[in-house]
Amino acid sequence: MTLAAASHGFLSPTGVEIAFLLVGLVTLGAAVVTVITRQLVHAALWLVVTLGGIAVEYLLLTAEFIAWVQVLIYVGSVVVLLLFGLMLTKAPIGRSPDADSGNRWAALTVAVASAAALVWVVTDAFRTTWIDLDGAVQGSTEASGRSLFQYWVLPFEALSVLLLAALVGAIVLSRRNGDPEHTGGRKPAGGRRPVGDRAPAADRPRSGGPARTREDRG
Amino acid sequence: MSDALDIALRLIAVFVAFLVFPLVIGQTEHKVMAHMQGRLGPMYAGGFHGWAQLVADGVKFAQKEDVVPAGADRRIFQLAPAVALLPYLLVLIAIPIGPHNAVGQSLDAGIFFVLAVMGVGVLGSLMAGWASANKFSLLGGLRTAAQLLAYELPMLLAAASVAMAAGTLSLPGILDAFHWWWVPWQIVGGLVFFTAGLAELQRPPFDMPVADSEIIFGAYTEYTGLRFALFLLAEYAGIVVLCALTSVLFLGGWHGPFGADGLGWLWTLLKTAILAFGVIWLRVSYPRLREDQLQKLAWTVLIPLALAQIALTGVVKVVIS
Repeated sequence: MTLAAASHGFLSPTGVEIAFLLVGLVTLGAAVVTVITRQLVHAALWLVVTLGGIAVEYLLLTAEFIAWVQVLIYVGSVVVLLLFGLMLTKAPIGRSPDADSGNRWAALTVAVASAAALVWVVTDAFRTTWIDLDGAVQGSTEASGRSLFQYWVLPFEALSVLLLAALVGAIVLSRRNGDPEHTGGRKPAGGRRPVGDRAPAADRPRSGGPARTREDRG
Repeated sequence: MSDALDIALRLIAVFVAFLVFPLVIGQTEHKVMAHMQGRLGPMYAGGFHGWAQLVADGVKFAQKEDVVPAGADRRIFQLAPAVALLPYLLVLIAIPIGPHNAVGQSLDAGIFFVLAVMGVGVLGSLMAGWASANKFSLLGGLRTAAQLLAYELPMLLAAASVAMAAGTLSLPGILDAFHWWWVPWQIVGGLVFFTAGLAELQRPPFDMPVADSEIIFGAYTEYTGLRFALFLLAEYAGIVVLCALTSVLFLGGWHGPFGADGLGWLWTLLKTAILAFGVIWLRVSYPRLREDQLQKLAWTVLIPLALAQIALTGVVKVVIS
């Protein structure tokens, strides 16, 4: 990054900057539609557009690696997980009358406040920083990896421990249902009789366990 | 000017490959399956051993009425085939076929690009499954999603092992770093990658999402005409992409015992074709797994194997450097 704001006007309209703005507008529009649409699955699909738009913004900022990770994790996994959940609840085709929330003013306040805080912090931090698009790529995999494992290795490790704890927690939570001592009064549903020596409690963790832990991958 | 021409030529080449190879594989499947089952397969279309059967199929599909169910979510229903098909076209751009920059576009994070975009293709099946307003389609969509979540992880881990070995995420970069002994070194990862890829493509033995004896044709039940053909084309394009990727990542792509400079692209095509033959063979010879068997296979076999491969890669990498 070069500190050469003097040679650039504020938002001098190069092609990349115009593209950045346009993609940003599309992303913002898709995000707003995601929140206000009354059709649940459409909201999830607009979320795909939003997250994809953010990936394109990363690309325009030369952060290629981050952009593809964004697509892989958010579009490829998180949205698939959301759609999976929505399909399990048999989300109806068409408008859901109960898709609105009484908290929408509070939500709007929080959203606007956090957006304002983010915009303020980011512009304050990077206002005079320009990415030299013609020089060496600054967001390449190598550069990202170097900065991650030289300067940010401690937060990285802390995050991985946190995620591991969440994973273990999810497994523990989902296994307890099948443990005979903890089921207490909850009997297996009527009609499901143990067949032979295969008690239902013994094979339930296997069918129930992975289903829960999968949800943790998002 | 020559720059623009170069880019245009590359894009056209990728597009032609995208149109031709899936059809070649589809035709091969017709003939190979037939001969494995003691039949002849298509023999009439085009005259010589039915070579034009898929062209005829395409014409037939184009003539059929394009039906959208009354209860369906029209726009999403109609958009789904494109979402399923286009990612494979994009992926082909990044797959190198020969040495000396014989690739649509060399990407710095090629592996991530390829896996990310392939994952997006599954959204097409999900959209189709939900928007059809049909319980069999919905079940197919659910199975697709469950399958994807189980198989994305081992696939990524196996690919990460190769990236570790090569020290780069770029597909041409990986091939430049390739040595013949990588094949035995990465063989476990290669098997995991290929198996997981088959599951992502919903090919037998992992075709529960379209299991025709249980849920008709899964997410594609309500589709007719060209849109249905696009889903089928997506499946065959997926086979091309998966086999090409496996040969690039694990079998050395354009490296071969001889002629790697001039005939490199031939080696890539040969390896891809052999793998595609394997995919067809599996369809003919393996019974379909049950959904829970598939989940168990993914979480208790493939992921541990992939992690073991990563550990092995790391140890060897440290020892030889």
